Amino acid sequence: MNNLFGYKQRDTWINHTTGTAKLIGFLALSTMGMISYDTRFLLGLVVLAIVLMQMAQIKYREYALMAKLVIIFAIINLVMVAVLAPQYGVQLYGTRHVLFGTGYWTMTQEQIFYEFNLLLKYLFSLPLAIILLFTTNPSEFAAGLNKIGVPYKIAYSFAITLRYIPDVQSDYRTISLAQQARGYEISKKAPLLARSKGAVQIILPLVFASLNRIETISQAMELRRFGREKKRSWYQEQAFATRDIMMILGAAAVVIIGAILFVQNGGRLYNPFK
Amino acid sequence: MNDRKKRETFSVRSVVATGIGAAVFFVLMKFIAIPTGIPNTTINVAEGWLALIASLFGPIVGLLVGFIGHTLNDAVTYGSPWWSWVIADAIFGLLLGFGKRYLALEYGDLSTKKLVQFNIWQAISNILVWIIIAPIGDILIYKEPAQKVFLQGAVTALVNTLSVAIIGSLLLVAYVKSRPKKSSLRSE
Repeated sequence: MNNLFGYKQRDTWINHTTGTAKLIGFLALSTMGMISYDTRFLLGLVVLAIVLMQMAQIKYREYALMAKLVIIFAIINLVMVAVLAPQYGVQLYGTRHVLFGTGYWTMTQEQIFYEFNLLLKYLFSLPLAIILLFTTNPSEFAAGLNKIGVPYKIAYSFAITLRYIPDVQSDYRTISLAQQARGYEISKKAPLLARSKGAVQIILPLVFASLNRIETISQAMELRRFGREKKRSWYQEQAFATRDIMMILGAAAVVIIGAILFVQNGGRLYNPFK
Repeated sequence: MNDRKKRETFSVRSVVATGIGAAVFFVLMKFIAIPTGIPNTTINVAEGWLALIASLFGPIVGLLVGFIGHTLNDAVTYGSPWWSWVIADAIFGLLLGFGKRYLALEYGDLSTKKLVQFNIWQAISNILVWIIIAPIGDILIYKEPAQKVFLQGAVTALVNTLSVAIIGSLLLVAYVKSRPKKSSLRSE
């Protein structure tokens, strides 16, 4: 299960920090970055995240696929915005500095600046998320979620999800191979209708196997009196050390900087055109 | 009293159904794509599964399956969750969960009328969620232009409604067929 998110044991201080502290740090920074439209703040976050990624000794090839997907996703979205709302930047920043073009297609500095901000927003959280996912043992997430106030039953559901994704995946593969052996084609070579039919022939057994699994697991858990007490302890739970407190304080400092910038800018947007 | 009520709504079975439901949602979203013939538009099988699991286990499980499944999929694919769409999927699960008592799938009785009503309800939910909630979230959280997010929302609503109408109905019918009828035992 540890391979799902690319988690690997590495000997760095970020790896040794508890999952709870990293989760708090990630949620704080990504929420602030999501709300803020201050270019300087977003650029700062990107630099910070890249420095942290170096410290965590994460190599480019480990996340190359993810990075490519995000960049494709970002480009599609930026083009859509440029085509559907080419004057949105002017509307947001309230000024108009024409670069070229006329009418509907007038390209303005405001629009380019807005799209640059949007690009930063699509990209800034990727390094943060990669650090969180690549340096945290998935089992620690459930304990961490419970610690930051999520009810333990919900945290436990999340733990079950992480535990069973590999099992469901292997179920899916087995069923898929069995159905292909029986002659259902699901690759791109088959015509549309045959492919849909093949997919349905995989989904049905997968659904019934999973529903049976729900019954089996919940009976086993009930026999062991799950849910009897109001609290529970976690195998992967770790006590806070100095570095955990430092990380949370660091995240708090970034949030405060973000908040000060809000007040300074008089809103979420940083406007260099005024 | 309050505590006991809570325990009833989120039983051990619900905990497990949420966990496994989200795992299956994740795998379906990642691996199975049924083409529609239009490039880059696939039938979203995961939404059909969400419809079944919500109709079987109720609104809270539906909400959590949508939330956890979509968050994980976004995290693994794009690095970070796109919250406005995660919330939209969660609310879709919640809305479909309200149909649990009416459909009563476990007793093995699904009339054509109920199936039609299920489909009307899922279409309403999809429209509400993808044309109203998701785009408004995009505008409020991410300050994206309205023209773009409403176009995206409309396409998603259409594709997901079709997906649930085909895959969801199919799963519902298959499930009900596998259950014994409520009045299948007769005293002689």
